[in-house]
Amino acid sequence: MASYSVGDCSRRGLIVRNEINIKLPSLSVNEGMARAAVAAFCVQADPSATELADIKCAVSEAVTNCIVHAYRDTIGEIQLRVRIYNEGLVNIEIKDRGCGIEDVRRAREPLYTTDAEGERSGMGFTVMENFCDGVRVTSRPGKGTTVTLTKRLQDRFSAT
Amino acid sequence: MIKTKADIAIRVHADVMDVRLPCEIDHHSAVRVRRMIDESICAHRPKTLRIDASGVDFMDSSGLGLLMGRLSLMKKLKGELILSHPSPAALRMVRLAGMERIITIETNK
Repeated sequence: MASYSVGDCSRRGLIVRNEINIKLPSLSVNEGMARAAVAAFCVQADPSATELADIKCAVSEAVTNCIVHAYRDTIGEIQLRVRIYNEGLVNIEIKDRGCGIEDVRRAREPLYTTDAEGERSGMGFTVMENFCDGVRVTSRPGKGTTVTLTKRLQDRFSAT
Repeated sequence: MIKTKADIAIRVHADVMDVRLPCEIDHHSAVRVRRMIDESICAHRPKTLRIDASGVDFMDSSGLGLLMGRLSLMKKLKGELILSHPSPAALRMVRLAGMERIITIETNK
């Protein structure tokens, strides 16, 4: 398989096998499309049904955060970048240029939400953390937020 | 209007209101589902709200918000909420939030 290396991951011996970039406006109707597109792209890495469901759910949470929080009173652009590496590693970056998060640690606490009247459960980051192997959040108030999800797919053929 | 699996279905008989959730519950669909359920609750004032989640293929934390909100609304009306036959996708989310301790779940088993 042809491969191409991008950025710093080549240092860790990881090779990017494939990559997609998606830009979409922060309309709630796009939530389903965003997770379906990411899932469809990830199928080539041979995930199990559960792993694919995990990815869909985590992406849905991150994209919903952009729509509900980052671009609360406006419509802005959400950027998704999905990379498939060797050794079954999937990396999904969800980036917005919205309001940013003042206190990332607090935002990640279970049941914490700033949107009480909107009936948000405050479980978004908890879901991402439970369904992914890594969740990195970088945010600057007034500038935007980038959430990076990492999922390590199990190799079902080198069985235990 | 044609009712498909993708759509919500609401039926009221006596003081029981049955709701079948659509196959995908995310933030986008939850807004509409919530509005339809709440309108029907206000109109019929049921004692029991039974939410059938058997056909839910996808649910994210928006579904938890939906269930928590309906639970507190039914408590306010001195009624009860039953989660009926939750699909694996729905049950997984409910368990992640520890909601199986505060919500009545009805299954065949």
